[in-house]
Amino acid sequence: MDNEFDERIIVKAINLTKVFNNSTKAVDNISFEVFKGEVFGLLGPNGAGKTTTIKMLTTVLRPTSGTAYINGYDIVKDASRVRRMISAVPQEFTADEDLTGYENLILTADLYGIPREISKKRAIELLELVGLKDAAKRKVETYSGGMRRRLEIACGLINRPVLLFLDEPTLGLDVQTRYAIWEYVKKIKEEFDMTIFLSTHYLEEADSLCSRIAIIDHGRIVKIGSPEELKRSLGGDLIEIKIDTSDIDLSEYIYSIPGVKEVKKIDSTYRIKASSGEEVAPLIFELIRTKGYTIQRVSISKPSLDEAYLEITGRRLREEQSSFEEIMSFRRTIRRTRA
Amino acid sequence: MRSEESSIRIFHGLWALTNRELKKWYKEPVFLLLSLIQPVIWLGLFGKSMNIGAIFTEQSFNLPGLNIPKQVIDEISKYALLNSFGTTDYFSFLAIGMLAFVSVFTSITTGMSIVWDRRFGILDKLLSTPIPRGTIIISKVLNGIIRSLTQSAIALIIAILLGLDLTHFSLIGILETFSALFLMTIGLGSIFVMVAIRSTSWQSQMAVMNLLNLPLTFTSNAMFPIQFMPDWLQYVAKINPVSYAIDICRQALIGSTGFASMTFEYAYLSIFAFIFSFIGILLSWKALNK
Repeated sequence: MDNEFDERIIVKAINLTKVFNNSTKAVDNISFEVFKGEVFGLLGPNGAGKTTTIKMLTTVLRPTSGTAYINGYDIVKDASRVRRMISAVPQEFTADEDLTGYENLILTADLYGIPREISKKRAIELLELVGLKDAAKRKVETYSGGMRRRLEIACGLINRPVLLFLDEPTLGLDVQTRYAIWEYVKKIKEEFDMTIFLSTHYLEEADSLCSRIAIIDHGRIVKIGSPEELKRSLGGDLIEIKIDTSDIDLSEYIYSIPGVKEVKKIDSTYRIKASSGEEVAPLIFELIRTKGYTIQRVSISKPSLDEAYLEITGRRLREEQSSFEEIMSFRRTIRRTRA
Repeated sequence: MRSEESSIRIFHGLWALTNRELKKWYKEPVFLLLSLIQPVIWLGLFGKSMNIGAIFTEQSFNLPGLNIPKQVIDEISKYALLNSFGTTDYFSFLAIGMLAFVSVFTSITTGMSIVWDRRFGILDKLLSTPIPRGTIIISKVLNGIIRSLTQSAIALIIAILLGLDLTHFSLIGILETFSALFLMTIGLGSIFVMVAIRSTSWQSQMAVMNLLNLPLTFTSNAMFPIQFMPDWLQYVAKINPVSYAIDICRQALIGSTGFASMTFEYAYLSIFAFIFSFIGILLSWKALNK
């Protein structure tokens, strides 16, 4: 145990690096901290190094250099202690298809050495928590994608971890199911008062769940902050005003209003960036009206994380659905071969 | 700290992991039925069609101009078979060989489940739990041993039903047989788990399986006695641990004369089992600690 360890910090990564086959730098010298009780998100496109980072933190992979401390324990030197405190829900469906949901939970509990009298009670509680009580005695092969994901999360809670890792918790799920999973994640967060470390390439997910986000790209952390901070770094809200003429240019007048940071005129429309859209907009309306023009259309938009991401990495996050489809079809092939 | 400071009972986890895979096998009657097919084919079709005893009958010895008495042919037949196969019944000779072949085949396939586990992310999930790395590997080997020996036991019952020579049958003989098969599968299983843990795709693992399965059998005394093999093949056969396991089984079950003493053969198999399980488990463990 590190004596100078800050009690508020649960994960402290120091120069964490993973090089595959002596050449590919999957994770490149990253350092960050995760605070107790927060939902920390690792956001980035596929291949950015999210899963590799999680695999190192969950002691599955050994870092090439650097290390991390979880609750004060070194993930390399104290790996077995770390494993007892954490739980990892991988992006794949790892539950045994031939067993029931309940049996899967008991099996996971056995792997943690939890006595049966405790694990039986917990399994029932957890199945209820994730809304799988009625499906508890059904084989997992009959479960839908959302049910499987919930079961995976329940399995991840059986050892009462202080830190739960969720690797792409809603990968390949439809939008509705995704929202439902978010609700469950929020629910378990409250119920067990633990820290959640998740990775995702869905911006809405990071925005909706995380208290802090680290944007990772090419194995490096580009930016860390709360979703609001990341959005604010964009330079504020976007106000779009369309007036009745394009002949006159009001840009300079608008720019002189305090709070306005940028004005762009496109035909009769003005795109205005301002620190606080709601307060600045009335001032602009006033100005336009006193100049004798009529406002035809107005919109104020808060910057989305999508825009923040674009600004920070220079790229848009694509929804990479196809690769997941491939995995699923591969799974089906295997099931056929196996049977 | 709210986490469970439960000490991990190694054997608890070991059994949980082993049973997880065995369950798939014994819970599905189809799997058990399918696993019966193979020994039936080998014993019933292959074993029965290779009717070597029939070579030494009046018809095949009906040489023009010679009138060999039936008694002479019978005596020649008896001694020829006894000298070559150590028993007068080729079916029994082959049946024991098949017993071991079934065991070899099953222990080769045990590695496959690791490839699935890795592919599906189950292995990573296990690696993040406090289960010791060694337990994960040993559970795979153990699973292979249990399945192999069960398959062999089924093969033995089928062989008996199909007319295995039971004149030398004894309980001790059965125990000797299965202890030999146990030693063989522990060594083979460990090697194949080690190979599988490093293999990246199930295709390559299948290729390895197919590449090793038949050569291991053909370079042993499973189908034909060692002393009639060409010299170079004799050397290979006398290194192949499968030969030793089969030879023990034959001596123990059908009372045939072996190519070496049972004590020596047990010693050889034990050393094989020890060295290969040590290497196999150590290298698998290293692979998991990447």
